[in-house]
Parts: sequence; structure tokens; C-alpha cells
Amino acid sequence: MAGCTSLCRQGVLKLIQSLQRLVSGTLTKDRTDDELEMMTMVCHRPEGLEQLEAQTNFTKQELQILYRGFKNECPSGVVNEETFKHIYAQFFPHGDATTYAHYLFNAFDTTNNGSIKFEDFVMGLSTLLRGSLREKLEWTFHLYDINRDGYINREEMTEIVSAIYDMMGKYTYPALKGDVPKQHVDAFFQKMDKNKDGVVTLDEFVLACQEDETMMRSMQLFENVM
Amino acid sequence: MAAGVATWLPFARAAAVGWLPLAKKIMPKPPVDKTSRSDEILFVNVSGLKFQTWKNTLDRYPDTLLGSSEKEFFYNEDTEEYFFDRDPEMFRHILNFYRTGKLHYPRHECVQAFDEELAFYGIVPEIIGDCCMEEYRDRKKENMERLAEDNEAGETTDKPLSPDATSREKLWRAFENPHTSTMALVFYYVTGFFIAVSVIANVVETVPCRPLKGSVRDLPCGEKFGLAFFCMDTACVLIFTFEYLARLFAAPSRSEFMRSVMSVIDVVAIMPYYIGLVMPENEEVSGAFVTLRVFRVFRIFKFSRHSAGLRILGLTLHSCASELGFLLFSLTMAIIIFATIMFYAEKGSKGSSFTSIPASFWYTIVTMTTLGYGDMVPDTVAGKIFGSICSLSGVLVIALPVPVIVSNFARIYHQNQRSDKMRAQQKVRLARIRMAKKITTNGFLQYKEDGGLGDNDSTALLCVKNRSAFEHQHHHLLHCLEKTTNHEFTDEMRYSEVCMTESGFRTMSRSTSLSSQHGGTNNNSTGCCPRRNKRRAAMRLANSTVSVSRGSVQELDTLHVKTTSSPPQTRSSLNARTEDLKLNCGEPELPDFTAAIISIPTPPANTPEESPPPIPGILRNTRATAYTQDTVKISSL
Repeated sequence: MAGCTSLCRQGVLKLIQSLQRLVSGTLTKDRTDDELEMMTMVCHRPEGLEQLEAQTNFTKQELQILYRGFKNECPSGVVNEETFKHIYAQFFPHGDATTYAHYLFNAFDTTNNGSIKFEDFVMGLSTLLRGSLREKLEWTFHLYDINRDGYINREEMTEIVSAIYDMMGKYTYPALKGDVPKQHVDAFFQKMDKNKDGVVTLDEFVLACQEDETMMRSMQLFENVM
Repeated sequence: MAAGVATWLPFARAAAVGWLPLAKKIMPKPPVDKTSRSDEILFVNVSGLKFQTWKNTLDRYPDTLLGSSEKEFFYNEDTEEYFFDRDPEMFRHILNFYRTGKLHYPRHECVQAFDEELAFYGIVPEIIGDCCMEEYRDRKKENMERLAEDNEAGETTDKPLSPDATSREKLWRAFENPHTSTMALVFYYVTGFFIAVSVIANVVETVPCRPLKGSVRDLPCGEKFGLAFFCMDTACVLIFTFEYLARLFAAPSRSEFMRSVMSVIDVVAIMPYYIGLVMPENEEVSGAFVTLRVFRVFRIFKFSRHSAGLRILGLTLHSCASELGFLLFSLTMAIIIFATIMFYAEKGSKGSSFTSIPASFWYTIVTMTTLGYGDMVPDTVAGKIFGSICSLSGVLVIALPVPVIVSNFARIYHQNQRSDKMRAQQKVRLARIRMAKKITTNGFLQYKEDGGLGDNDSTALLCVKNRSAFEHQHHHLLHCLEKTTNHEFTDEMRYSEVCMTESGFRTMSRSTSLSSQHGGTNNNSTGCCPRRNKRRAAMRLANSTVSVSRGSVQELDTLHVKTTSSPPQTRSSLNARTEDLKLNCGEPELPDFTAAIISIPTPPANTPEESPPPIPGILRNTRATAYTQDTVKISSL
């Protein structure tokens, strides 16, 4: 009964408000819109510098430099997927980088809330640049494992490889044929899938990568990226 | 490339670790980062005002003075700061551009000074943000118009005629600018005087003079002194006719002159006299003749040649014609409405002057414009009520549009010009953005061709100049992607050629098949310079298509344009290209060219010289004749 009367009161109040607006001549409801605007202006601040230094493998100076750049780009403190796709696409103007950027975004967004905060950004970078070999391989495995079920199957791999080839664009030498991604996926599975069960687990992946000479050498070259 | 993404580049490169398990080849070595890792604060002294900023902030835009190594020229070793002898107030805005990525235009500054500062610091004005862009463009346009006006005024009046100008040109100039010679000035004043005389005569001849002896009626002076007025009229018309014919003779474009407003006025002013001369003294026709004399009043418009103010008024009315039309339309609507109402309101009363609706128009107009002659007045109460409403609304209907027209005129006129300009500017802007994008996409291909990847011989590295750390790293990233997928980036031209080579060459002539064979063998042997041979194949294909079309200039033109479009027009890349060709693969494969070009007719007497293979269009200017010369030279060998 109490709920009823409050509802009635609300309805009457709204009616009076709309009548008032009609008489005074304002047609738009501007006050409520302002409130909504205020709410979307989310500002996220990262945890303290010491905490981040402890959690990642970066020094304070490096964190400072990273944060200055990050804050300049995203004053609100978070990056959403659209912005991320747009930024990543600028590095690969030849082709279409949006699909791969989507997978990459999901790999960085560890909390799965649709936006990357500075902590996610810095943790990801720390793993990739300063992490141990196992950590890097685990990160890569999580990138490939789109549905996070612990296995990489053929479909997921095909999607990732197609996304990578999309980034190359149309004008390549030699010209991209339709089945090149498929061949690539087959070669990958040949190398990685030890027990030939059609899926690659984390251990299989790590083992196969450690055996791969080319990859190990490339991995070493990436130490000094930052 | 947008500066903002420079922050994200380490991120993208780190993410490249995700490609490693898929890569079939080993990744290339990353470029050595010579710059110190930690960021440092730079001191910039601009005419005494000291600024401090992070080095990274300035590095965001590497193609400006402050972002590139050009600022080292301004480095002062003793004080360990960068000193610029420029305006410190403006520098604040420039530095804010680096900090926020948006360039704002300070409204209190002169547009030209701001432009000069931007040019000095290497910033293109197109980057000005939307908030300030309109203001900037308006001021700039104003400035340029003012300069153009000054220049024009200086030119037309003071520019001396070339000594071999024809008498026609001299005469025209004398008519247009009476101040140039005394004769022209005299003529100018004489015609002005006669226009005034003619107009006054027209006015005075209708004034009643004292009647002739013996008659009672007052006579208009025109009839009393008929002969005198006729002589005066004749003299004026003779002068006007002579002037018109002289102008017609001197006009640079006679048809255009005859269509102009002033000449129409001239004709209308003198026609009635001649028609009057020609027409017989007939009673019926004289009525029409009298009406023609009304047109003599148009002579007063001839004054507009003498008065600039009249011309401006005419232009003003012409330009806000649509507003005036709207005013007229709304007035007409109101008149019709009120006339109808008044007619039906007054229908009942006897002896009312509102006999019909058109008769009521007169009442409505007189009432709405608050004239109120009083020749028609409503009698009925209803009529009076509606009459008062009519006069009240008349004030509104007439008084409202007039200031609106006045302000609208200025606003709409400027706005129209601005929107057209903005549409054109927008197209230019988009084109520029597209071009910049193309330059960055081609930047990497250029980088590859310069051999900057490090796995060729070291002499090729000489060609690589002045690439920022950002560009090095970005190109390394793209190279990693190439190695991962085992495909290379190319541009549109080569891609379509590769498709052409694969798709059927049999349709082309024997000469082309010969060249394709050569092209094919060279492509197979990816020996010393795989990329050089590709370019040779491209040129061979270009020449072969030329031979097929029998050297028509049209083909050459289009071909020329095609080959020039692919390489980017940066100075460093131009230098790089020439050095490239000198360093590697020096032997010219001439036999291929002679085989390819058989059907182009050789012009006589071409000395056979050892010319290097024609570089498609980079070093030569875009003239098809030059191109034909090159190909022909080779065939004569």
C-alpha cells in the first residue's frame, strides 16, 4: 500500500512538472540529461606507484614514462575496445587490423570488463617484455585460446591466423591465395599437437615452443623492445 | 602518422610476441635504441621566456622542427638549453600543440604573424582544431582579400599602359578610369553635366509657365518654349549617342558590353528620342509616344557610372532580392486576407466604397503602411474592428522583416560564401589526409627498397637517411609481420602487374612476349637484387604496353602518371633512389628494351648515347615528350 501511494505521488509530480514545462515554454528535459552526462565521465586512477612496481618488473622511471603517455592518450584512465582498435589500426594501414585487435584486446583485458585500465596495460607489458619464457608462452597461449577453455582447437587457430593475414592487406608479394591461412594452421598443428588429438593444451604448446630453435632465437631478440 | 600512437608503439611491438609461434622464419633484429631510456626535461628559451618540457612530448611530432633533429641547430652548449629568437607569446600555443595534440589559434594575434610562426616551427596550419579553424580561416580570408584589393587598386589605376596599346584599348581605359588622362576627365564631366541638364529639362518642361498673350489657360513650359527644349534635348541625345557608340567601339568584348546593365540603360535613355523622330505626327500614335517620353527619366540612372554609391546600392538590392521577395510575398498574403475580410464586413452597409475585393486592396495597403489617406473608411462596427486589427498587424508585418533583412543580408551573404568555401576546403583536407596516409603506407615499402632492413650488403644502408627512432621501430614491427606470414607488403602497382604476368600474356604482341620471357627468367633468378629485377620487370612491362599501343601520346601520358604515383615525393627518398641505382646492379639490360620497343617510329637524327635506363618519372618533369625521347633513344641503340 505504501508503494502504491509513493508511485501515485511520483506520477502526479511528473504530470505537474510536464504541465509547468508546457506553460513556461521549455520543451526539452535538460536537467536529467545533465545528470546522465555526469555519470559517464568515469575517471579511473591506478593504484600507487610502489604497488605497481612490486607487481610488475618495471622500474619506477619506466612506470612514470608509461603512465604519462597513457594518461595523455586516455585522460579518463581507461581504453575501450573501439579506441584500441582505432589505435592498433594506425600501425597497420595496409590491411584490416580490427579482428586481431579484438583478440589482442581480450588478451589484455584480464578482468573482462570491456576496458583496459592502466594496471592491465602495464601488467601485460611486463609479462611480454620482462617476463620469464614460460610467462610469455602462457600469455601467447591465452591470446590464441579465444574461449578460454584451456585448449586451442583448429577453429580458434584459423581465426587468429586469418586475422593476422587480414592485417597484411590485399597487396602482398606473393599474392595471398585463399588457402594460405589454412596451410599455416595445418603446419602449426603439425608442430604443436603432439598426441594428434586435434587440440593443443598449454603443456604441449610450451614443450613444442621450447623445442623450436627459430622461435627461441626470435624470443631472445625481443628482449630489448622497450 | 598521428602522434598519439607513438605512445602505443611499444605496446604493439610487445604484442608481436604473440606472432612468434606462428612465424615460419626467424624474426628480424630490432633496431638499436640509441636514445636514453629515461625521459629528460628539456629547457627551451624563447627570447628570454623559459619553457620546460619532457623530451617525449616534443618527440610526438617528429616532422616538425622541435620534434626532429633540426632543433639541435638551436642548442646552446653553454647554457644547455635550446634558444629560439622568436615571439615568446606565440610559442606558448605552439608548445600546447605538442602537449595536447590540438593547435588553437589565438584570436588577438595577427593571422600572418601566426602563419609565420607555424611555418618556422614546421607545423601545417591544417592541424588547427575545429574550435578555432573557422575563425582562423575567416581572418586569413579577410587578410588576403584586403591584400588583393590593395594590389588590384594599385594595379589598375597606376599601371601604365604598354606603349604599343591600340587606340581601342586606350579609349576603353579612358572610359573606365577617367583619372588617367585629362581628356577622359573632361569627357567624364561633360557627360555628367549633360545628364543633369537633360534631367532638369525633362522636369522643367512640365512646369506651368505664364500663358501666351491672349489665352487664359496656363501652359507648361515645354509647349511655350518648345523649340528651345527640343534643341536642348537633341544636343543631349547627340552627346549620349556619341558616347554609347564610342564605348561600343572601345569595348574589349562587344557582346558582353551590349549585355551589361549600363549599356541597356544608355539605350533606353536615347531610344525615345529616335522613336519620336521616326514616328509621324499622328493623333492615335502620339499617346504611345507620350508614354515613351517617360523613359527619358532613365537618364538619371546614367549617373551610376559617376557615383560608386549608386552602384553599391544596386548590388545590395540585387543580393538580398530573396529577402525582399519574401517581404513582398508576406505583404501580399496579408493584403488579400484583410481585403477579403473588410469587403465582406462592409458588404452590408449602403454606399460603402468597398465595392469589390480589389477595391479593398487599396484600403488595406493604405492602412497597413499606416498612411491612412481617408478616402475609404469602414462604416460598420465589424469593419472598424477589422480595420484596426489590420492597421496593427500592418505595423508588425512591415516593421519586422526590415531589420531582419538588414541583418540577414550581412549574415547570409557571408555564410553562403563560407559554406561553399568550407565544402571545397573539406575536399582538399580529405585529399590531404588520404595523401598523408598513402605516404605512411608507402614509407615502409620505400624503407624496404632502400635496403634498410640490414640483411643486404652494407652499401645499401648508405641510402637510408634520417629516420626517427619511431619510424625504425614501426618498420621493424611491419617487418616482423612479414616474416610471420611469409608474405611481403607491396603496393598496388606491382600487385596488379604480378596479376597481369600471371593472367595471359598471349593476347599481346610478339615483342611483349619476348620481354615477358626475359622478365620471367629474371624473376626466377632471385639472385643479387630481387627487388631491382622486379622494378626492371615493371619498367619492361611499361615499355611493352607502350609498344602495343604504337606510342600514342595518350597512353604515354597515362603510363607516365601511373609510374610517378607510386613513389613518395620525399627528398630523402629521392636521394635514396638515385644512390641505390648507382650502387647496385649497374649493368643496363639494354637488349630487352630494344626487343620490346619495335613499333615506335623513331624521329630522325637522334645521337645514340649511353643513356641509363629511364627512371620512371621521378627525376624528370611530367612531359610526355621527354618520355618518348627516352624510349626512342634506347631503341636506336
